[in-house]
Formats: sequence, structure tokens, C-alpha cells
Amino acid sequence: MALPNKPVGELKAVREPEVDKRDVDVLIIGGGMAACGTAFEITKWAADGTKILLCDKAALERSGAVAQGLSAINTYIGDNKIEDYVRMVRNDLMGIVREDLIYDLGRHVDDSVHLFEEWGLPIWKKTEDNKNMDGKKGLKLGTLKDGATPVRTGKWQIMINGESYKRIVAEAGKLALGEDNILERCFIVEILNDKNDPTRVAGAVGFSLRENKVYIINAKVIMCACGGAVNVYQPRSVGEGKGRAWYPVWNAGSTYTMALRAGAELSMMENRFTPARFKDGYGPVGAWFLLFKAQTVNGLGENYAASDAAKEELAKYAPYGTAAITPTCLRNHLMMKEYKEGRGPIIMKTSAALAKLAETMSKKEMKHLEAEAWEDFLDMSVGQAGLWCATNTEPEKKDSEVMPTEPYLLGSHSGCCGIWCSGPEEDWVPKDYKWGYNRMTTARGLFTAGDGVGCSGHKFSSGSHAEGRIVAKSMLQYLAAEGDKVTGFKETDQELVDMIYKPVYNYLDHCAYSTAESVNPNYCKPAGMAMRLMKMTNEYGGGTGTFYMTSGKSLEILMQNFEYFREDLEKIAAGDLHELLRAWEIFHRLYTVEAHTRHIQFREETRYPGFYYRGDFMGQNDEEWFCFVNSTYNKETNEWSLKKVPYHKIIAD
Amino acid sequence: MPSFVIAEKCDGCKGGDKTACMYICPNDLMVLDPNAMKAYNQEPDACWECYSCVKICPTQAIEVRGYSDFVPMGANVVPMLGTEDIMWTCKFRNGVVKRFKFPIRTTPEGQANAYKDLKGKDLNSGLLSTQEAEGMVLTTPQELA
Repeated sequence: MALPNKPVGELKAVREPEVDKRDVDVLIIGGGMAACGTAFEITKWAADGTKILLCDKAALERSGAVAQGLSAINTYIGDNKIEDYVRMVRNDLMGIVREDLIYDLGRHVDDSVHLFEEWGLPIWKKTEDNKNMDGKKGLKLGTLKDGATPVRTGKWQIMINGESYKRIVAEAGKLALGEDNILERCFIVEILNDKNDPTRVAGAVGFSLRENKVYIINAKVIMCACGGAVNVYQPRSVGEGKGRAWYPVWNAGSTYTMALRAGAELSMMENRFTPARFKDGYGPVGAWFLLFKAQTVNGLGENYAASDAAKEELAKYAPYGTAAITPTCLRNHLMMKEYKEGRGPIIMKTSAALAKLAETMSKKEMKHLEAEAWEDFLDMSVGQAGLWCATNTEPEKKDSEVMPTEPYLLGSHSGCCGIWCSGPEEDWVPKDYKWGYNRMTTARGLFTAGDGVGCSGHKFSSGSHAEGRIVAKSMLQYLAAEGDKVTGFKETDQELVDMIYKPVYNYLDHCAYSTAESVNPNYCKPAGMAMRLMKMTNEYGGGTGTFYMTSGKSLEILMQNFEYFREDLEKIAAGDLHELLRAWEIFHRLYTVEAHTRHIQFREETRYPGFYYRGDFMGQNDEEWFCFVNSTYNKETNEWSLKKVPYHKIIAD
Repeated sequence: MPSFVIAEKCDGCKGGDKTACMYICPNDLMVLDPNAMKAYNQEPDACWECYSCVKICPTQAIEVRGYSDFVPMGANVVPMLGTEDIMWTCKFRNGVVKRFKFPIRTTPEGQANAYKDLKGKDLNSGLLSTQEAEGMVLTTPQELA
């Protein structure tokens, strides 16, 4: 339910917030594609009287990574073999993935896409004479479910008119779950363990962004799916433009931090994603490469990716580098080589691509094509369209620069960091990949989906929704079998309020000391801490400042900086509810990016060149490192432990 | 490209049950100054330019101005969100104007089929509710290593 958001005064924080206690069976933390999938599916299976609550820190209609819309659905299996989907993901992520999770996703994802279409998402169709129809005109060709042909850009991607994608998906989720079971503008910040069995979860706490209120929630089973992590590395734009992140700027690593602090094991947190996108606006390049067949060239105008030197470089990363489709990180790696050797910048030849298409197209068709190119931006990255307008860029006349962005942490796009989760309880799944409930983490009763599930990238929007639906069933299985074993958490209401509102106390205790409230020796503010974190990760952790290069010594310094930072977070101060949101987000970002860098420190090889480099361990080392790296954190002792975990190949080459 | 509110056009949604931009902003940026009854973006450098506030504003009071650290001035991209389509007006710095119209949904708003009456049968199977209802058989991998 939407909270009243006409404030009666300013949203100042007060020392004694109201406490709102809830007692539910199922708690869903997050409101993006995965959580909307869970909201839709769970009501189909829940026994009468099951109490379900969904908490979203924003408004469901426009929350998560799809808030702005999308121009494509990147995972639709259709006529393809699911085995080939697994092979594609495995190769793109340099071999080390959870094939059980990927296969499982592949057999469910199309069902979600069919629902999206039924709910009203316009999906492009191919006519019999191979023409593209938009999602409205294409309606007469029937639905995908009935066998109509989508417009494929790549083997797995289909084009949509997706401005309202999230609104449509959220609407179905809301209708299914019921508005009374949804709390918007409620930011859950910590998951609590069971008082008698700390390996189990028993609840969570958070606060309202609209009124001074702390939510204390008892829950028997929990899904935590709050997206990936953005602004954990210094973005290329550090002024106003730092909001123009490629992934949604509000993704604060909450998924990983809440899970790791609840004792869940993380996996492959060393993996990151630094997408190559149109410079500064971060507009998508997929349609330009795949639909319009555009080429990128270096500053000398050379098609560097087709050079002999590039082939030689890729051969060092066989079999992935020599596969028919070059992995995303290696495509970046080739770009980095051009920059470092002085042959930048990288230019997307949009003009040549459109000129070539014009040779076989009528004027009307070209006009349509121009609209398609603009829609690609306007559906999902309006700022890029704005940048083209501001720089007088008509793509048929003027080419645009492409550049790898700052690093992002995520598990649903072309990255695979996340939480170590159980696969399905089926015979073909290796024993050490399953422990009872599909997508349950190693903390009993804690589930995740979307960006949260590690080692299983390339699920994108549709796959995240389908995964949320899978989790809905798993959670109810757990609830039926083990729900009565949950005995509640040990923390008292006052302890929890004190924890959540500590930044407010810090502010109120000290704000009168100096004449400018933002500069005060007794506390630090979220805005400054955000810049401090991004500066240290950029300089020592392989950010853009060093062309993604780091080393053992740099990481050692970074760990010391993290420790000072963690201690200083005790003094973070928030004078209003928006600042309290930022204070908790920076807390979440710290633990997530620390997990990331600890994994990079542990894995002594360079598995993902182009995403990051260990200068002291260049090249992939299959003999030592063809395995997962998993980590756990103990919040009582502030200790991390990391280990190698064996990989199992399930699908043949 | 942070969003900004045109003072003359914003009425603080005084006729509505909520301040629309404040309700929708995914990053909690838009707030209402209750004395002036005008909304504003409280943290422009955290704006993703997702245009959610621009699209939802009932008085078209919100627009976006290019990020000050890399966008030359003078351009503007303005949406008009309808129930079936969205219209975009893209004005270039040099005065070129392009207009586009794209569909956004094919069903009436508020009527997505939530399958409210569908009840799953076998909680322990690997099938989702709609898959089970259609009698789908769960596949398993055939091309094993």
C-alpha cells in the first residue's frame, strides 16, 4: 500500500520513531522484476491464511532496474535449445557457472514472457515476408505463445516497445498479491537470525522513508531481491552526471549485504560487469551491433577487433576467446588494448551502418529504422537521446563514441556475482549443488532471485521474473516443512530502533556544534562517505582510474581503508529521512564492495580481462582456479573466510 | 540530466491524493515543499534521468536539463504519456526537432490478468502455476557432459 506522501512538515528525522511490528509467514524484500514474479506466483500456491508482505523502498510501479523501461527482452528461448542457452552463458562468463541454475531458468523463462504479452506488453513481430512490425501493429499476427515470430536481434533477444514494461509487470504483481500486502517506501536494511538456531532467518528490520517509523518484522521465510550494486566504484562523471549510471543508481548492494550479514555464503563476487556503452549517456549498444550491424573502429579508423593482433590476444583465453561469440569481458579487453596503446577512442560507425541499410531499403523503411534507433534509447535510456540532441548527433550523419563504464556488481546481466544458492532437487543436479529448496541460500529460510543468485548470469528482466516465481514455490515448501522451527530473533525492539536510528542520534547529538551542519568533526555525512568509498575503490580496487588494474598490494591498502571506513560508519549522521536512506545505502555498499575486492584478492589469476586485471597474476590459470570462490562473513567477529568450491560440468560442449 | 520543476506550472498536486512525482521517484528525490506547495528535486546528482516524474506529472511541470558536467546546453527531450502510446519530442541544440510515437501497452490499464482464481496443485513439482495448468511436462537436460 502506498504510504501517504504529502508530508505535513519537512521529513525531518526525530529521536523517537514510532515502531510498527508485523508478524508474517513470508517476507519479500524488493520490488523489481524478481519480486513482482514472486508476488504474482505465490498467491497461486499459498495455503489460505498465509500472511505475505512485500516491502519496496520505492513504488512498485517504477522500481528496480526496469523502472525506466526496456527496448528488448534479452532472454527468450523460443525455438532454441535450453542446452544452447547454458552453453552461451557459460562461454560468456569464462567457464565457471552454475549450469543447474541456468538450465532451470531456461525452462521457465518463456512462460513469464508469455504472461507479459498477455498483460499488455507490446512485443515486435516478424511478418511472413520478413518485415518488422511493432508490438501494436504486430498484434494481428498473434501472440508468441500461439506461435507468432518475434523480432530477434541476437539468438536470445527479442525487441519490445517497453516503455511501460515495469508498470505492466508491477500491475499484475499488485493485483495478485493485493495492495494491503505491499508496503512501499519501506527500506529493509538488516535480516535477523533465529535466536535458537542462528543458521536460520527469523525476520528483518527497516524504516519508512515517509514518516518516522521503524518496521520490525517477524517472518518465517524471506526472499531478499533488491538488485545489484551501483556507485560502488567512482563513475566516469563525478558531478551531476554521477546519477547517470548504466545500472540503476539506487541499487545499493542491499541484496548481497543483507544476505552476507545473515550468514549466507556468497559466490563469484570477484565477477563484475563494466559494460561498453555510448560514452557519457550510457545508452544501449546491443541494437546497434545486432540489429543495425554497426562496426566499432579505433581512433585510426581500423576495425581493431578483426585484426591479427586481436585474434592472437583472444587465443590466450581459449576456449572462450576462440569461440564463435567473443565473451563480453574479452571484447572490452580488446578495447582496453587500443586505449592503452594510444589508438583510442573507440567509435561506433552508426553512419556507415545506416548507409549500408539504406542501399536496400525504401525511404519509408529508413524513416521507420530511424525511429527504431531512437526508440532504443527513449525506451530505456532517455538521457542518451538527450545527449545526442545536445551534441547535434543524428546517427546517420555523425558517429558516436563507445567506452567501457565504471564497474558494476550484479548477477542478472552479463555478470554473475551473487549468493550461493541451492539448485533444484532433481537427479541430474550434482549433490553439492542442492540442499532442499530451489534458490535457498545457505542461510536457512533465506531465498534470493534476480541479481541475488550467483553464478547464473544472462537472465535479464524476463529471467529475473521467472526466477522470482520459482522462489515463490520454494519458499512455501520451506514454510510447510520447517516454518514451525522458526522461533523469532533475540534483539529487543529498543535495540533494533537504536540500530536503525543511530545515524539520526548522531546528527541530533552533535549538529549544533558547528555553524555549517555538513562540516562537523563529530560525524560524517552520507554524501561525503559515498565519494570516499568510490575514491578508494577506484584507486586501489581496479576502477577506471587504473584501466581496471589492481594488485595484491593495492588490495591490501584498500582493505585497511575499508576498515577505517567501517569504523567511521558508526559516526554517520542523518538529519532527515532521505539522508537516513543514504546512510543505510552506503553501509550496504561498503560490505558488498568489500566482498567483491576480497574475492579479487583471493583469486590469484585474471579470469575476466577487460572487467578487471590482477597485475601480479595476469592470464587465466585453469589449473589452480577453475573453480568457484565462495565467502562467508561473521558479523559478530567481523571476520571473512574464503574458499575454493568445485565446479561441475553438466551440459556437454 | 536531473529533473527540475517549473515553478509556474507546479501546483503541488493539491487536487490529488498524493504528490505524483514524490510518489513515483525510484530514488526518493522528489519532495514537496509544503509551504510553497511546489515540488523539487532534492538531490540532482543522484538522478538517473528515468523520467518517471516527468511522465507522471499531471501538469507537465517537470522537465530535464542535461547534466552540467558533460551535456551542452539547449536541447530538450519531452515525453507525453498516454494510455496506449507515448509521444516524444526531441529538440536538438541546433534547432532540429524529431517526433516519435511508440506503443506502450496493448491492454486497458489496470486490467492485467493476475490469474486470481488459479490454484496450483502440486507444490513440490518444478512447474510454475500457469505451466501446470497447461499440462506442461518439465524438461531435463538431454545433452549431458
